[in-house]
Amino acid sequence: MSTRFHSVRLDKDKCKGCTNCLKHCPTEAIRVRGGRARILDERCVDCGQCIRICQYHAKIAMTDPFDDIFKYKHRIALPAPSLYGQFRHLENIGIVLDALISIGFDEVFEVARAADIATRAIQERLRLPDRPRPLISSACPTITRIIQVRFPSLIEHIINVRQPVEIAAAMARQEYARKHNVSPDEIGVFFITPCAAKMTAIRNPIGQAKSDIDGAISMADVFARLVPHVTGAIQAKRVPTATPYGVGWANAGGEIHAATPRNSMSVDGVENVIRVLEEIEDGKLTDLDYFEGAACPGGCVGGPLTVEINYVAQNTIKTLRDALPEAHPSNAVTSAQMNAVPLHFDQKIEPNNAMRLDESIAGAIDRMEHMNAILERLPGYDCGACGSPTCESFAEDIVRGFCTEMDCIHLLKARLEEMALKVEDLAPDNPEPVRKPSAT
Amino acid sequence: MMHTDYPVEAGDFTRAGEASADIKRRLRQLGVSTELLRRVAVASYELELNIVIHSVGGQLSLEVDSQCVRLSSSDRGPGIVDVAQAMREGYSTANDEARSMGFGAGMGLPNMRRNADVFTIDSVPGRGTDIQMLFELA
Repeated sequence: MSTRFHSVRLDKDKCKGCTNCLKHCPTEAIRVRGGRARILDERCVDCGQCIRICQYHAKIAMTDPFDDIFKYKHRIALPAPSLYGQFRHLENIGIVLDALISIGFDEVFEVARAADIATRAIQERLRLPDRPRPLISSACPTITRIIQVRFPSLIEHIINVRQPVEIAAAMARQEYARKHNVSPDEIGVFFITPCAAKMTAIRNPIGQAKSDIDGAISMADVFARLVPHVTGAIQAKRVPTATPYGVGWANAGGEIHAATPRNSMSVDGVENVIRVLEEIEDGKLTDLDYFEGAACPGGCVGGPLTVEINYVAQNTIKTLRDALPEAHPSNAVTSAQMNAVPLHFDQKIEPNNAMRLDESIAGAIDRMEHMNAILERLPGYDCGACGSPTCESFAEDIVRGFCTEMDCIHLLKARLEEMALKVEDLAPDNPEPVRKPSAT
Repeated sequence: MMHTDYPVEAGDFTRAGEASADIKRRLRQLGVSTELLRRVAVASYELELNIVIHSVGGQLSLEVDSQCVRLSSSDRGPGIVDVAQAMREGYSTANDEARSMGFGAGMGLPNMRRNADVFTIDSVPGRGTDIQMLFELA
C-alpha cells in the first residue's frame, strides 16, 4: 500500500511541525511525528487542502517538470479549461492555444472538447435506469477517492464515464498519429493540470488499467511561460472547437449545466461535498438524479495549482463561455467522435480499507473497545499536540502501536502533578534542619 | 463486544444525523461490508430521526460482536398507541415543523424493517418506545 504514488508531498525542510494541516485533512491522513508532518499514503486522497492551509509552504504538489515534454519527438498539450480562467481580461481562447504552441508544443487538444463528449456519455448513462440514484460525477478524482475511503457504499453510484482529460488524451494521440502518420508512442501527451489529484490519477488511474496521459505539468508553471505570449496578443490563429458547455466544466456546476440532468446538485469544497455524501449514504437524497462534487472551492478553477483567485477565474470562464458561438454537445458531438475512443471505465472501483482497524472484524472489535477505554482517559480537547488530529485518532494511533498515552501532554501533565504530590508526601512534615545546631 | 451509546435530544434538528454519522464511521473502522454499511446507515438515520421528531428524548445504542450489528433505541415517551398503523408506509404523525423540513413521509419505521434482518418494536403509551434491529455480519 505504501508504494502508492501521491502528488501531494511534504517538503521536510520547510515543515515546522505545527498542527494546521493536521486539522484540515478530510481523511485524517496526516500525523505530526518527530516534529514533522507525515502523510499516510493509504489514506491521502490528494485533495490539496494541506497545500492551501500550510503557511510555511511545506506541502507541495509534485508534477512533471516542463522539460519532460522534450523527451518526445511530438508533443501535445491538453489544456484544462480552467487554464483560460487564469488570464484576466482574456477575450479569445485561441490566444492561449497559440501560446501553448509558442512554448514548445506541436499540437493542442482542448480538454473542453472531450468534456463535450463526456457530457453526451453522461446523458446516455442518465437515460439508463439500472443504476442507484443519484449518479455521482466521476470528474473530480479527489471525490472518487474520498468515496473509496469514506463512503464505500456509494461506489456503485459513481458514473462510469472517464474523466474528460483521459478521453482527450486518447483522442489527441489518435488524431495526431493519423494526421502526421507517426507512431503513437513517439507522441508525448501532457495535461496542464490545476490540481495534484489529477496528477495522481495519471499514475494511479481510476476505473481504467492505464492512463493515456504521459505526464502532467503544473498550471502555475505553464502560466508563467505563457504570460509573455498571451500578453498583448490580439489575434489568434487557432480557433477553439469546444462548445461553451465544454469550457464551462472549469467551474463548479459546469458539468450539470452541460448535461442537464432532471434533478441535480452541484457542491464544491471538500467539507461541503462530504456533508452531502453523508446524506446520500443515509438514503436521504434518493430523488436526486445527479450529484456533481468538486473538491476545490469554485470547481477546477479553485485547484491548488492555479494562480488566479478562484472567483475571478470563474468570472473569466463565464465571459469566455458567453463569447463562444452557441452550440450544445448534443448537436456538436458527432457519433463518429463518440465511438473514436473508449468513454467508459473498464475496471471496477474498489473500496479503500485504510480506515479499517484490523483484518478481521473480531480483531477490529477488540481494538475499538481498547480505543474506547483509552478515549475515556483522554481530555477531549482535540488539540493536536500529540501529533494526531483528534483525541479519537490518537486513541486509534495508540491501539495501532504508533504512540503511547504519555504522548498526550495533558495526561503527562496530570501524571507529573501526581508524582510531584507523591514526592511532597515523602518529605517529612517539619523537616529537621540539615545543619547541626551549633554548640552553645 | 463493542458498545456505544448516543443520547438523542427531542426536536434538535441541528444535531440530527450526528449519531448515525458516528455509527457509520465505526462500522467502516470495523470493516463491515459496504452492503451492510448502507443498510445500517439508512436504518440508523431513520432511528435517530424518529427520536428527534416523535419522542421527548432518548438514546440510541450500537453493539457489534463478531456475529452481528445490533442497533437499538429507547425513548422516554410518549409511546405509540397503534403500532400496526405506525408501521404502515405513508402513515406519519409528524408535526408541521418536521414536515416543513422534509420529514414525516411515513417511511421511517418501514425503512428500518426493510433494512434490518430482524426488527422488533415494543411501545407502551405514556412510557415510551423500544426498537431493536439486528444485522447479520455473515
